Amino acid sequence: MTEAHDLVKGNEAVAMGAIDAGCLYYFGYPITPQSDIPEYLSYHLPRVGGEFVQAESEVAAINMLMGAAATGTRAMTSSSSPGISLMQEGISYIAGSEIPTVIVNMSRSGPGLGGIAPSQGDYFQAVKGGGHGDYHLLVLAPNSVQELYELTILAFDLAEKYRNPVMILGDAMIGQMKEPLSRRPPEKGEKASKDWALTGAEGRPQRVLKSLYLKDGELTAHNWKLHEKYKAMQENEIRFEALMTEDADFVLVAFGSAARIARTSVLMAREAGMKVGLFRPITLFPFPEPQLSALAKTGKPFFVVELNTGQMLEDVKIAAAGNRVDFFGKPPGALPTPEEIFEEIKNIYPGTKG
Amino acid sequence: MSEKRVFSRPQTLKDAPFHFCPGCHHGIAHRMVAEAIDKFNLREKTIGVASVGCSVFLYDYFDVDVIEAPHGRAAAVATGVKRARKDRIVFSYQGDGDLASIGIAETVHTANRGENITIIFINNTVYGMTGGQLAPTTLLGQKTTTSPYGRDFMQDGYPIRMTEILATLEGTAFAARVAFTTPKNINMAKKAIEKAFQFQKEEMGFTFVEVLSACPTNWGLNAIDSMKRVEEEMIPYFPLGIFKERKAADVL
Amino acid sequence: MARIEIHQTLCKGCALCTTLCPEELIKIGKQINENGYFYAVFTDNGACKGCALCAKICPDVAIEVWK
Repeated sequence: MTEAHDLVKGNEAVAMGAIDAGCLYYFGYPITPQSDIPEYLSYHLPRVGGEFVQAESEVAAINMLMGAAATGTRAMTSSSSPGISLMQEGISYIAGSEIPTVIVNMSRSGPGLGGIAPSQGDYFQAVKGGGHGDYHLLVLAPNSVQELYELTILAFDLAEKYRNPVMILGDAMIGQMKEPLSRRPPEKGEKASKDWALTGAEGRPQRVLKSLYLKDGELTAHNWKLHEKYKAMQENEIRFEALMTEDADFVLVAFGSAARIARTSVLMAREAGMKVGLFRPITLFPFPEPQLSALAKTGKPFFVVELNTGQMLEDVKIAAAGNRVDFFGKPPGALPTPEEIFEEIKNIYPGTKG
Repeated sequence: MSEKRVFSRPQTLKDAPFHFCPGCHHGIAHRMVAEAIDKFNLREKTIGVASVGCSVFLYDYFDVDVIEAPHGRAAAVATGVKRARKDRIVFSYQGDGDLASIGIAETVHTANRGENITIIFINNTVYGMTGGQLAPTTLLGQKTTTSPYGRDFMQDGYPIRMTEILATLEGTAFAARVAFTTPKNINMAKKAIEKAFQFQKEEMGFTFVEVLSACPTNWGLNAIDSMKRVEEEMIPYFPLGIFKERKAADVL
Repeated sequence: MARIEIHQTLCKGCALCTTLCPEELIKIGKQINENGYFYAVFTDNGACKGCALCAKICPDVAIEVWK
């Protein structure tokens, strides 16, 4: 029996994933190209006993999210690049206060008002921080409508497991396209303990969620504690897809929508007899550095394709440890075609063999 | 002998000495909020939202669950808490830099949505924790560390009257301004803070109490002269009273 | 017959209580407490009515009233 599929838009798949994950509260502010998410949830959340709040700004939205999630309830926000910039203050506080939250960035293009075309220009912001202080988001980068749905569900589990904000980093292309989706709501299993949640100090000592630590040594200890958490993510949560990398003479590295296009180019190259593989990080933090390093140790050069002028490139170079790394970047404005990338492969490939 | 204790520390206040400067009114406001929580037996049902400024250590003094909000965002955080837990009493406690400057958007929209929360707003006409800089509530002519020639309306505009602004909004159920300058005013302050919590209990909407407060350290005055300044300089510009009190029948 | 008790370790000597006592029973003393403040001292001469104004104005919740 084949599974039932609906033709679903990427943004709606996120919203469906949230509902199926048991998310009850959404706070957000409209911004293209992700407004389908608040629109869908404004209709559906009240029907499952939750609430939708259209905030006065992204600044307010992220702080409302912080408040709702602090009670131990599943809650989320979504936005796109400029709105995510506005949320950075709140994200830093949420990370510091260790409140499980899900934040979706269907990124558009910048800097500034930029445009509404897809871009991967927010990689650094998502992966390297964005807000102030020494913290990390757990960043998931889906490349299909099905994956948007599944990773949204996963995001809620990971947020609670690590008491950390989790970001879904998509873009205008992934969010706006339609694909078949099979909705598979997760089993209602044991969720992570919520012995930190603010529910009123009824018959128990007071609980405090905060990020201010002024006493001697407190903040140092707090930062090391967060660091341990990030290390645990690196050990346990790396996700990636490797396509024909084992026998490859060289390996394309791309995430999200760029990886979709690059995949076609890789298949074209294989058709033309070139041994090319594709490595697609699904978690951008934790970055699959050990897996890329292992590939690098076998002597395979990398070819990074991104919808920007070179951001993930830096992480791939670290993993490559001196091996050859080529780059094809397409800043926002026009998406690369599979043929364009294939042409690049043809230029690079001969020099990469043996 | 049947001697009875008729005035003591409210149960909701922990047994911890305040870090506030001598003569600072935060301590009086803290006690009154704690007394209101005690009066309605809400301690185990209350979630507080701390703001940024001298009052950030709310959780060191109030024996309730507390979340610490970013600067100015306490009303938004309180909105999130209350939406997720409507059966809890949610209050934020914010200074004038926090609420009337960086957080004015969150404050106004929270009131306008009629969020069923309580905000205690401490107006002492100055940024306390950062060392006495100009606040949106600084009085005309008042010298601060960033208005060394005195506040000039041509440069900084006029001091902002938050209670009056919020009282104009339909979502606001109760808005009052109080002070501690006389026994009568102290009693009025206590009643206003109680009423705010009572209104929240009765789900009447957004409740707001502005407390005119002294900051002796940053005003360069002793506690007694600071109290006089509240009475003689602040009250004439920031009049005391209840500016909005919704009747149950008014709820749309 | 009433009296107050001033918790001297909590008192910061701001003297607000001294301004409200109708019987002028509170003064700032000559001793300093562990925090270095000259703390308020109550003269228990039987005149205290237990009105609690001192306690209500005290920013440090340092005063208890007994009646």
